[in-house]
Amino acid sequence: MSVLLDKNTRLIVQGLTGREGTFHAKAAAAYGTSVVGGVTPGKGGTVHEGWPVFNSVHDAVRETGANASVIFVPPAFAADAIMEAADAEIPLAVCITEGIPTVDMLKVMTFMKGHRTRLIGPNCPGVITAGQAKAGIIPGHICREGTIGIVSKSGTLTYEAIHQLSKQGMGQTTCIGIGGDPLIGTSFIDALTLFAADPDTEAVVMIGEIGGTAEEDAAAFIKRAFNKPVVGFIAGQTAPPGRRMGHAGAIIAGGQGTAAEKMNALTRAGVHVVKSPADMGAKMREALGR
Amino acid sequence: MKIHEYQAKSVLARFGVPVPRGEVAFSPAEAGDIARRLGGDVVVVKSQIHAGGRGKGGGVKIARSAAEGEQIAKQMIGMTLVTHQTGPEGKKVGRVLIEEGLQIDRELYLSIVIDRASASPVVIASAAGGMDIEEVAASDPGKILKERIDAGTGVVAFQARKLAFGMGLPAASVSKFVKLLESVYRAFIETDASMIEINPLILTKGGDLLALDAKVSFDDNALYRHPDLKELRDVSEEDPLEVEASKFSLNYIRLDGNIGCMVNGAGLAMATMDIIKLAGGEPANFLDVGGGANADQIKNAFRILMADKNVKAVLINIFGGILRCDVLAQGVIAAVTELGVVVPIVIRMEGTNVEEGKRLLRESGLNFTTADAMGEAAEKVVALAEHK
Repeated sequence: MSVLLDKNTRLIVQGLTGREGTFHAKAAAAYGTSVVGGVTPGKGGTVHEGWPVFNSVHDAVRETGANASVIFVPPAFAADAIMEAADAEIPLAVCITEGIPTVDMLKVMTFMKGHRTRLIGPNCPGVITAGQAKAGIIPGHICREGTIGIVSKSGTLTYEAIHQLSKQGMGQTTCIGIGGDPLIGTSFIDALTLFAADPDTEAVVMIGEIGGTAEEDAAAFIKRAFNKPVVGFIAGQTAPPGRRMGHAGAIIAGGQGTAAEKMNALTRAGVHVVKSPADMGAKMREALGR
Repeated sequence: MKIHEYQAKSVLARFGVPVPRGEVAFSPAEAGDIARRLGGDVVVVKSQIHAGGRGKGGGVKIARSAAEGEQIAKQMIGMTLVTHQTGPEGKKVGRVLIEEGLQIDRELYLSIVIDRASASPVVIASAAGGMDIEEVAASDPGKILKERIDAGTGVVAFQARKLAFGMGLPAASVSKFVKLLESVYRAFIETDASMIEINPLILTKGGDLLALDAKVSFDDNALYRHPDLKELRDVSEEDPLEVEASKFSLNYIRLDGNIGCMVNGAGLAMATMDIIKLAGGEPANFLDVGGGANADQIKNAFRILMADKNVKAVLINIFGGILRCDVLAQGVIAAVTELGVVVPIVIRMEGTNVEEGKRLLRESGLNFTTADAMGEAAEKVVALAEHK
C-alpha cells in the first residue's frame, strides 16, 4: 500500500501541451504512471505526444476514467484550473504552479469546501509513490521502494531527504510535497492522517519551514494522535524576520513563525528534530533502532 | 511589495476610507507650500521610509506654522532615520508627508491579514491603538479582537458592529466604523494586499474616524494585474543588489555574513544557510537560482554574489532534479572563467548526471573544492572563508 498514488492511478495533465506539462507527463509515464490524457482548453480533439487532449476536465474524466490530475498551468490561470478539477469531482488534484495570487487561492479554498477533491499544493513538487506512480516533478530515479513517508513544504529539500534515506538503505512509501504558499490544499496534519492509516508506512520525515503555524498545529496533532516515529527538520533557523525567503509563505511576521518555536513544539511532541538538514537520514535510522 | 504611508493612504482613500488632508514633499520648499495650502494652526511632518517606529526615532514632528513645517522638513529630508525596524544602519529619508493636525479623542488599531489555518482574511481590532500591536498581544491579549471574514460574503455588517462595540466606540460612531471596515476590506481584496494595518485609527473629538497612519503591502504574485500599484515601488528603499537580482528573476536576499550561497530551491537555500551557521560560519545571502537555472542564470547569480564585497568564499549546493549536474558544472566553469572569480568555491552537487558534473569540475583546471554531503560542504567552506 501507499497513499494518494499507486499502480491504479489514472493521471491527466492540465496544461499538457505546454513545455512543463509535456516534459513532466513524459517523465511520469517513463516512471510507470498511467498517464491517460491531458486538458488544454481549445485544443480538445487533438493528440499530443500520443495522448488525447480534451477541452475540459469533465470531458477528460468521462473519456479516460482519470482519477488524478496534475496541474502545470501558468499562475494567472491556475486557480481556474484547480476549481475546474474540483468541479469534475476528480479525487486528487496536484497543483505544481508557483506564484498564484493569494486572493485567487482564497476563492479556491472557499470553492473547494463543497467538493470532494483533495488538493495538493500549490507551489509544490507534487507526489511520488516509490516504484509505482508520480504526479509532479520529483525525480523518480532517486526514490527507492520502502517504508518511510515524507511530507514537506520544500521541493529540493524533499529530494535531499529522499536521497539521504535511500543512501541509508531506507526506501520510501509516498513522498508528498505540500507546498510553500500561505494557502495550501493539504496540510501536514492531512498528510500525517493518511500516513497513519497506511500499514506500509512505518515512519515519517516531516520538513517544515518558517512562517505560519502549520508545524505547531502538526506537533499538537502528533502528540495527540500519531503513533509512528517522526523525524523533523525546520528550514530557516537563520532567516531574518520580515523577509520572504523565496516561498510566499516563508516569512517571520510579528515575531511569529520562527524556526525555534516550531522545533520546540515538535520536540515536545516527541518528534526527532534535527538541527542540521544533513542528519535527516541518519536520525531516521536511529529512530527506528537500526 | 511595501509602499510608503502617503501612498497607502491614497490607495485607501480611493476606496472611501477617510484619511487626513495632506501631500507628499520631496523638498523643504514643497513642504512649506503644502503646509500653507493646508492652513490651520498645526501641521504634522512625517518622514516616509519603509519601516515603523518613526515617531520614537524623531521622524514625526509637529509644526505650529508653515515656516516651522518647512524648517522641520529641511532637517528631515536627507537625514538617516534609525528605528527598531530599520536596523542600526538606519534608512535615509527622501520624502516627507505634510498633514493637517487633528483633535484626537482616542487611538484605535485595525488591520486585515490572511489567516492561513482557516484560509480566510481576518480583521484584527483593538482599543489599544497607537502602540506596537505585538506588545499589546503580549501584555494585554484580551484587548485584541479578531473577526474571521468569509471570502464568499466579505465583511458582514454585524461583524463590524461586533468589533466597534467591542472597542467601546460611542454609538454615534458605530455606523461610521461599519462603513470604514467595509471600505478597508474592499481595498484589501481588490488591490491584492497581503496586509493593511491602520495604527492608529483615530476617533476625533468630533466623532469622526480617520486612518492617521497606514501600512499596506501587496502580494508580489498579483502585481502583474495591478500596473498602477507596481508604479508605487520605491527602489531606493531596497538593497541595490536585491533590486539587480530581481531583474533576472533571482531570489536573492542580502545578509551580514561572508559566505556566499548559491542553491536551487527556497527550502534547500534556507537549509544551506542554517548548516553554514551550524558549522560556525555566517551566510552572506539567501539565493535561490530556481529549478530551471541555465548557464546565463548562473553567471548572473555569480555577478551578484561577487558584488557583495564581504563574500570571502562561496558554497554552491545544488540538488539536480530537472537541473542536470553536468549543465550546472558547465555554467559554473564558464561563469568563474569569464568573471575571473578569485574567492574559493566549494561545490556540493547531487542528483541527475552527478558523476559527469564532477568530472567536468575536476578537469576544468580551476580550483574548486568538492564535497559529497551537505555537512562536509559547510565545514569546508567555513574553513576556507576563515583562512582568507
